[in-house]
Amino acid sequence: MKMNNTRASASLKEMIHVAHVDKFYGDFQALSDVDLSVNQGERIVICGPSGSGKSTLIRCLNGLEFHDAGEIIVDGISVEEDSKHLKTLRQEVGMVFQQFNLFPHLTILENLTIGPMKVRKIAKAEAEKRARLYLERVHIPEQADKYPAQLSGGQQQRVAIARSLCMETRIMLFDEPTSALDPEMINEVLDVMVELADTGITMVCVTHEMGFARKVADRIVFMEAGRIMETATPDKFFTNPDSERLKLFLGQILDH
Amino acid sequence: MSTRAKPLTLKKVLNSVPVSFAIYAFVMWLIIYGAYAGAQAMGYNWQWYRMPQYFYTLTDDGFQLGEIMIGLGKTIQLSLTAFALATIFGLFIALLRLSDLVIGRGLSIALLEFLRNMPLLVLLYLFYYVLGPVFSLDRYTASVLCLAVFHAALISEIFRAGINAIPKGQWEGATSIGMSKGQAYRYIILPQSIRFMLPPMTGEVVHLIKSSAIVSVIAVAELTTIGRNLISDTYMSFEIWFTIAAVYMVVTLLLSIGVSQVEKRYAVQT
Repeated sequence: MKMNNTRASASLKEMIHVAHVDKFYGDFQALSDVDLSVNQGERIVICGPSGSGKSTLIRCLNGLEFHDAGEIIVDGISVEEDSKHLKTLRQEVGMVFQQFNLFPHLTILENLTIGPMKVRKIAKAEAEKRARLYLERVHIPEQADKYPAQLSGGQQQRVAIARSLCMETRIMLFDEPTSALDPEMINEVLDVMVELADTGITMVCVTHEMGFARKVADRIVFMEAGRIMETATPDKFFTNPDSERLKLFLGQILDH
Repeated sequence: MSTRAKPLTLKKVLNSVPVSFAIYAFVMWLIIYGAYAGAQAMGYNWQWYRMPQYFYTLTDDGFQLGEIMIGLGKTIQLSLTAFALATIFGLFIALLRLSDLVIGRGLSIALLEFLRNMPLLVLLYLFYYVLGPVFSLDRYTASVLCLAVFHAALISEIFRAGINAIPKGQWEGATSIGMSKGQAYRYIILPQSIRFMLPPMTGEVVHLIKSSAIVSVIAVAELTTIGRNLISDTYMSFEIWFTIAAVYMVVTLLLSIGVSQVEKRYAVQT
């Protein structure tokens, strides 16, 4: 049994508060009555079958989409469509996407410095220093002057992680960060995420990588049909789940 | 490696350099001969030797630009001013169209449909005879504004297409690092849109230069007006209209070639 699964150091300050959240796309209910509370420094993995609302939930956390009912409070800021604080919120919450979403017209270094320079108004020299530091952290300092298209998928995703880190956010959201990668590149990205998890940043990660979930998650959330079916520590989640649906899901993804 | 010669198809023959050149030469000959024969039939008196003086003169006073060159200068000045304004108006209309404001979208669609479905000549009369006296616009200003507004509508569609061609993920990437909508447009979206917009924009400039000829109806002294005046002085209709047409073509061809060079140089890999 690994000790870091039951890390008691997660301080009690609540960073993400989701209560009774509903979200509709037309008639389709993507989220129903979702409750979730994440403390500072906690590492949460969200999993579940496709269409279960995992991505929708995580995208609602930084206002890429907006919920229709209930409340979401992230780092003390209420996430609402016309809130004046949305920009502040997004500066505090980093996000890594399935498709990387790097800026193809900018070099790697410029991808990393444009946020700090234009949003945080940091001087260029300082921003570049910071960018090189985080490129080092994701193990690709030598790629700084290339363009995204010249990098492999795994490298691009690590740049995307570094881009979020450059904003020095306190919360990082990962939306299926390894789903668009070739199998041999998945581990290099997961390794970076594991290292990141050890820095004490608050992480919410939608992923199908159960090995990663077992290794770093404080809690794993299982969603289906827009609802949270079960939330458990990794040990309980994999060995002794409560719901039948989760047992079935685990049977499907682990039995091969 | 196979050494077998590939069969000679009709397409290959037509595409070969000597054949295309021959076809091209034949078509050009037909056009020129047609014009020449037509003129001969009506007993036209060709006076090409009188043309160079309208481009430049070398006298004791030194080198002087002829009327056609002065007219060309005016056409270029008129077109560039109108194009610069049209780009600004066009971007504004496109951003309104893409905004979240219902009234902005409605306004831009109304403006677009009005301008697209209005003949340019009517619009010019509107600017010169209706708005002109009200806002005391001289004929040059009225022409520039008319061309700018007309082409702004078309350019706004180019902007819109260019902006829409950028994947949604770019917006999300920009938003996720805290950029406002304006910052996302400025640093992320528009710089990437440019390569989608460059080819149709070139077409639009060429179109604008050609349609600028219409301002000759309110006697702005540009290339076409100069041509008309020269003809009424000299009665050399064929020589002058051919020359004016050639001058327009040289300008627009140079422009197209220039832009395609720029495109090649700035081709972005994705």
